[in-house]
Amino acid sequence: MPEKDVTLSLKGCVRGAMMCVPVFPGIIALGAVFGTVAAQKGLTFLETLLMNSLVFAGASQFVAMEVYGDPLTWGTLVAMVGVTGAVNMRMLLIGASLRPWLGRVPAYQSYPALYLLTDLNWLLALSEYGKGERDWGIYLGSGLIVWSVWSLAVIPGYFAGSLIADPKAFGLDVVLPAFFAALLVPLWKGKRQTVSWLAAGVVATLTWYLVGGYWSIFTGALAGAFAGAYLDD
Amino acid sequence: MTDAAFSADRMFVLAVVCMAMFTYALRAGGYWVMGRLPITPRVRRGLESLPGAIIVSTVLPIVLQGGLAVGLCLVVATAVQVRMRKEYIAVFAAAAAAAGLRAAGL
Repeated sequence: MPEKDVTLSLKGCVRGAMMCVPVFPGIIALGAVFGTVAAQKGLTFLETLLMNSLVFAGASQFVAMEVYGDPLTWGTLVAMVGVTGAVNMRMLLIGASLRPWLGRVPAYQSYPALYLLTDLNWLLALSEYGKGERDWGIYLGSGLIVWSVWSLAVIPGYFAGSLIADPKAFGLDVVLPAFFAALLVPLWKGKRQTVSWLAAGVVATLTWYLVGGYWSIFTGALAGAFAGAYLDD
Repeated sequence: MTDAAFSADRMFVLAVVCMAMFTYALRAGGYWVMGRLPITPRVRRGLESLPGAIIVSTVLPIVLQGGLAVGLCLVVATAVQVRMRKEYIAVFAAAAAAAGLRAAGL
């Protein structure tokens, strides 16, 4: 099958952005909760916006806020950067798996666009690539919209922390994992996926029980990739 | 703290910049490395297996932590997706199931 050229169009960006709409409630709830946490920890409004929009990696921001203390010492600063890196280690693998997709885009476009890389737009882009889509606006548009929604969601959370007192009561905490589970379904093709996912699941579970934290994403993903790579048809 | 809303502690800004740079290095680093490795059929198969493996490894700990209710909701999402192939319906069904289960006290 000849490879189609990778293109970029406004239409693709809009389509990518629209595909994120079902997850908006989850993103908004999570962003608002971050705003509330930041306000409780004594961050100023500007500090909260800076951290939320520049780091742009939900779970790692929460963990960094756990470490944070006022006044901020050098030791705390290093710890905050360290835990951020540990939680975001999976980005290495996510980015690696985008190579076949974005590798055909000029570097001056792909490297800035990688700043917007999150689990969500990565997953959307890959599942569309699997269906034959070659307009990388899917990745760019979904990344931009998620960044925008995430950047705005923190504001109501910062000022009205009790707005969503209990996101769990509305089932908002399962929105993102449910979306991931749904996107997993079309990825299943046969034996290779079964073996790879089993390997990932076993290793991730073991890591979670033994080490805890976010390491299980990294170890599980590597185990699954190796299982997939070494399972010959 | 009594600081004005639009002030920022210099140390804090430094921390944020370091966190953002480290995260960007991870975002771009894996991509960069893969551009410099020869993509053999084995590497290609490994890369193709990554997405599913990452999702499984991300979702499983959430289920382990969240317990039965979260697990059931994800079963609902998967079942809806298998039948309808519409992500937004799957997500809505899962959130509704979660709200229902919690209202029921699970």
